[in-house]
Amino acid sequence: MRAFTQHQGIVAPMDRSNVDTDMIIPKQFLKSIKRTGFGPNLFDELRYMDEGQPDQDSSKRPLNPDFVLNQARYKNASVLLARRNFGCGSSREHAPWALDDFGFRVIIAPSFADIFYNNCFKNGLLPIVLDEDVVDKLFQESEANEGYQLTVDLTAQTVITPSGESFSFEVDDFRRHCLLNGLDDIGVTLENAEAITAYEDARRKTAPWLFNAGN
Amino acid sequence: MVGKTLYDKLWDDHLVKQRDDGSALIYIDRHLLHEVTSPQAFEGLRLANRKPWRIDANVATPDHNVPTTDRDKGIDGIVDPVSRTQVETLDSNCDEFGILEFKIKDQRQGIVHVIGPEQGVTLPGMSVVCGDSHTSTHGAFGCLAHGIGTSEVEHVLATQCLVQKKMKNMLVKVNGNLGKGVTGKDVVLAIIGKIGTAGGTGYAIEFGGDAIRGLSMEGRMTICNMAIEGGARIGMVAVDDTTIEYVKGRPFSPKGETWDKAVEYWRTLHSDSNAVFDKVVELDGSAIQPQVSWGTSPEMVTGVAGSVPDPAKEADPIKREGIERALKYMGLAANQKITDIQLDRVFIGSCTNSRIEDLREAAAVVKGRKVAASLKQAMVVPGSGLVKAQAEQEGLDKIFIEAGLEWRDPGCSMCLAMNADKLGQGEHCASTSNRNFEGRQGFGGRTHLVSPAMAAAAAIKGHFVDVRELMN
Repeated sequence: MRAFTQHQGIVAPMDRSNVDTDMIIPKQFLKSIKRTGFGPNLFDELRYMDEGQPDQDSSKRPLNPDFVLNQARYKNASVLLARRNFGCGSSREHAPWALDDFGFRVIIAPSFADIFYNNCFKNGLLPIVLDEDVVDKLFQESEANEGYQLTVDLTAQTVITPSGESFSFEVDDFRRHCLLNGLDDIGVTLENAEAITAYEDARRKTAPWLFNAGN
Repeated sequence: MVGKTLYDKLWDDHLVKQRDDGSALIYIDRHLLHEVTSPQAFEGLRLANRKPWRIDANVATPDHNVPTTDRDKGIDGIVDPVSRTQVETLDSNCDEFGILEFKIKDQRQGIVHVIGPEQGVTLPGMSVVCGDSHTSTHGAFGCLAHGIGTSEVEHVLATQCLVQKKMKNMLVKVNGNLGKGVTGKDVVLAIIGKIGTAGGTGYAIEFGGDAIRGLSMEGRMTICNMAIEGGARIGMVAVDDTTIEYVKGRPFSPKGETWDKAVEYWRTLHSDSNAVFDKVVELDGSAIQPQVSWGTSPEMVTGVAGSVPDPAKEADPIKREGIERALKYMGLAANQKITDIQLDRVFIGSCTNSRIEDLREAAAVVKGRKVAASLKQAMVVPGSGLVKAQAEQEGLDKIFIEAGLEWRDPGCSMCLAMNADKLGQGEHCASTSNRNFEGRQGFGGRTHLVSPAMAAAAAIKGHFVDVRELMN
């Protein structure tokens, strides 16, 4: 996995709560058997005026001029500023894949849905929870100032504004460790192969019915 | 000593290793796979030259992309080439790794959350995961069950474990008895209406109280299924006689002495009387009315006698904006009566409501009646090939067909419209599914979440109606 230590980038403010993963990447694009190529269809129903199809060249489709990511000033945004309960709904990892493919590295919101939050860390994307009043302030500043950038430091666990104001954020130690070092967590888990086997051996004795189905 | 909750017990029983950093390795007993969230995981295994840790823990079936007509054609019946590739990819991955799969023409094929319990591959006390957020369904059996992303699908395939952090405990207690015509679906919609779509974030929810205890396994599955719509990855119900009776005699259930030993263990799967929950929410079950969602989030729901809310009366500016946006998308006016919402289509199906009891409830309402002429379509999609066969044995198919509903083959169908079953732009649908998000059932489609009985009543009238008016 790609490591994440520090990132500075343009902020795109997406002012709506409960953005669900169906909205982030609609179902017709889930038919792909690949992990890449979802960027052009990120927020497809909000971004374009027509209904998108898989394998279509989206560069020729009519854009919704009101959608935030279609505004020239946010074209190269890599920090998404969002509202409450971002990423709710379906567990589709295509949602972080699409955000990543578009170029986002950081998502800041007052709260995230659990499965989406977890999926981000598996893909080198950093979801950051900040207090609602701080998020409000960042919305105001990013909307008022074209080219507004934030600096995110995972080592120090801080978000720093252009004026130098700093906000700290919480992140679980194990998630932070994996992200900072770009660790393959399957490899980390397999270091515990003996413990897994020992657990299985014990369970086979106490709960044999767990091991006789499926094949 | 403080007692343990059901979740505490399940967690402890699956703990392989507690790490110093607060994370833990949790063992996974059952891994369910479908075609949409698994191809990249299998590809990851191949790229890293890894093998599945325990083949027999995995069971697969295609469900999201399968057509609900012409099933006898098998894979050739899938018109969309991209959908077809995905189903073929699941088949070839399962064949390559030797994973048990109920393929498209197998009568045991169906929606993954229907076939797990139906086959007994879901058993009480198991940890169950699947690359699908509605995996919480299996919590109805006192399982530690939740949805995962594709990276975790690969992780489970490769290690039979997940790296997890323990959630907090929430008890949602539904007291009293449910009224006539009020189902598990109405209960869970009322719960989500109360706690909100993020109310359960960070929690594992246990559903308890007399109203839950009085439900069948089908009703409990409906409730746990939608725990995720209240923000909780995990929803559970304690094991009791109803659970054990359902599990008995299933193809993959234990037999003989092993059965007795299993039952002895399963009887311990409930929260201790002195267990402490981080949060407790109580509802009066007798006060719950048949529910209808009016907006674009499952928390936007009200009783059938109610009205669409007026955003002007909402104090929270973020919520107010959400209501305004939802009303615009849904084409509804503030204060409009729910029973005045005219419908274009009715969908009875999905992992929430496609089991035999759901179909019986819907059939009882439409029996001897006709679908309203104003509807473009009303369809019934059973949750599995075996549910379909059971319904046909009971004559439910004939009741539906005579009333003017379409009787289809099993799959996820119009719940998420990955196959050919979808809403047209602006169409209103009474749907027994779980999500009313924008575009969920088709580009520009407008979903109203209801119980099977309420969907059936709406099919007859062409608009929402209190199903109790059509009973007796």
